[in-house]
Amino acid sequence: MPDAPLTNSPDSLADVERVVPGELRTEEMLLNMGPQHPSTHGVLRLVLRTDGELVLEAVPHIGYLHRCAEKIGESVASFQFIPITDRLDYLAAMINNQGFSLAVEKLAGLEVPERARYIRVIMAELNRIASHLVSFGTYGLDMGAFTPFLYGFREREYILDLFEAACGARLTYSFITPGGVTQDLPDGFLDNLARFLDYFEPKIDEYNDLLSFNYIFIKRTAGVGVISPEDAIAYGLTGPCLRGSGVKWDLRRCMPYELYDRFDFEIPVGVAGGTDRIPREVVAGDSWSRYFVRMQEMKQSVRILRQCVQQLPAGEFRNKPKGILKLPPKEVYLEVEGARGQLGFLVVGDGKAVPRRVKIRGPSFCNLAITKHVCRQVLLADIAAILGSIDVVMGEVDR
Amino acid sequence: MGWLHNRFEENFIITSVDWALNWARSSSIWPLTFGLACCAIEMMAAGASRFDLDRFGAGAFRATPRQSDLMIVAGTVTFKMASRIRRLYHQMPEPKYVMAMGACTVGGGPYVKYGYHVVKGVDLVVPVDVYIPGCPPRPESLIEGLMRLQDKMKQQTIARRPQQA
Repeated sequence: MPDAPLTNSPDSLADVERVVPGELRTEEMLLNMGPQHPSTHGVLRLVLRTDGELVLEAVPHIGYLHRCAEKIGESVASFQFIPITDRLDYLAAMINNQGFSLAVEKLAGLEVPERARYIRVIMAELNRIASHLVSFGTYGLDMGAFTPFLYGFREREYILDLFEAACGARLTYSFITPGGVTQDLPDGFLDNLARFLDYFEPKIDEYNDLLSFNYIFIKRTAGVGVISPEDAIAYGLTGPCLRGSGVKWDLRRCMPYELYDRFDFEIPVGVAGGTDRIPREVVAGDSWSRYFVRMQEMKQSVRILRQCVQQLPAGEFRNKPKGILKLPPKEVYLEVEGARGQLGFLVVGDGKAVPRRVKIRGPSFCNLAITKHVCRQVLLADIAAILGSIDVVMGEVDR
Repeated sequence: MGWLHNRFEENFIITSVDWALNWARSSSIWPLTFGLACCAIEMMAAGASRFDLDRFGAGAFRATPRQSDLMIVAGTVTFKMASRIRRLYHQMPEPKYVMAMGACTVGGGPYVKYGYHVVKGVDLVVPVDVYIPGCPPRPESLIEGLMRLQDKMKQQTIARRPQQA
């Protein structure tokens, strides 16, 4: 008999551990989670070594969506590779276009008009909001709340309407291209954008009330899957996962790449709970912090967008290279702050239009590497909470 | 397709039963949540607020193949994934339908030339009922594909087919 009285609901891991050892004969079981599983966000497969409800180890298996992006990169000319970059991180395709275009421009020494740079920042920040909205919606779905999904997709449709007006596509844009953007902003775009921002900004607070400060949601996510800042840096985490652990590192601020040095915005980081409406249960670096960093980032993106709308200059939208863009025999590695972290492109030229080598550093791939470290000695239901908060996109993991 | 199928001659009772069965089947399609890649986002968008797949009776996305009758293959099929798709297909109960959503599942899409790990069309793995082109198809296309599938379902009969001579 256990000396402590059994409670009806084992609330924390400590309760489970108090009941299990020595009392019941348990057996380890290997459990496959995925590749077809609604909360693995695509075709990730996790092999879980479980003991009852306890997960002892989770080993991610990847490669179910390997689409040969790097091989295609060294087979086609650089501007033909832009549509393939769309399909890496398909939730933030604009930022992928931007990263590759910047790398090619740096390699070929292409100048970009200032208006094009502003348009790029507008598109990248809008896409960041759209991506975080999907993340917000599906994370709610993983935690058993269906409503945030509908709300998140409702707002996302407004952003997609803006994108559709600008480039005609809803998901795979190929809009940002070496030398600028493919076409100028359509008439009325800025008015629609300003209207959207006015509409959207109060909605973020509404969603915080709906999901972030929901008691059940906090219970499911706060204190679950804590990543210390040291671990986060050691495993090469970037983006909201790194900032959720309290590390103030954002490429837009720390190594400004496009025009981000001109804008005024803050870098939200995860903090311990108890202050400033943050629930008491929250530990810096847990799933809730990672999630909440995304919610705050949307606000900062709105701030950047407002400044863009004010500052947008007139002028050319593209510096079109004459003839075929030949890449000099050099190599360039460049990182941008994607929606999920630092997205890096290595482009090596050899005097031809086709690059010799294209290497992509997918932030989701590096962020996913920490699953094995974090998903140790956690409850089975927490796996979905941890995985959803890391927010991987398998197109980028497998490439 | 079940014990009813292929047992009766075609007559007015059977065609009435056909009508009822086809009406029931085509107006409550339960798709499998089977997002592979980019198209899955458009599939989610089709199920979400603006497009609302539920209007056509196909909004109950099930997470298990055992409860679903439509597999929307949304995204690139790779060689590593192909055997899993076939396995999931076999786990679905009859009658079952497959929609190939997006250029990748129709015939390889943008990966047709250099994609050494991409299956050039999901019809090499499982039988496909409706092909939806696009990269990715808009939610309207997906809904159109769904309506074509409903048309197809309404043509089904449980009557015995005439024997081949």
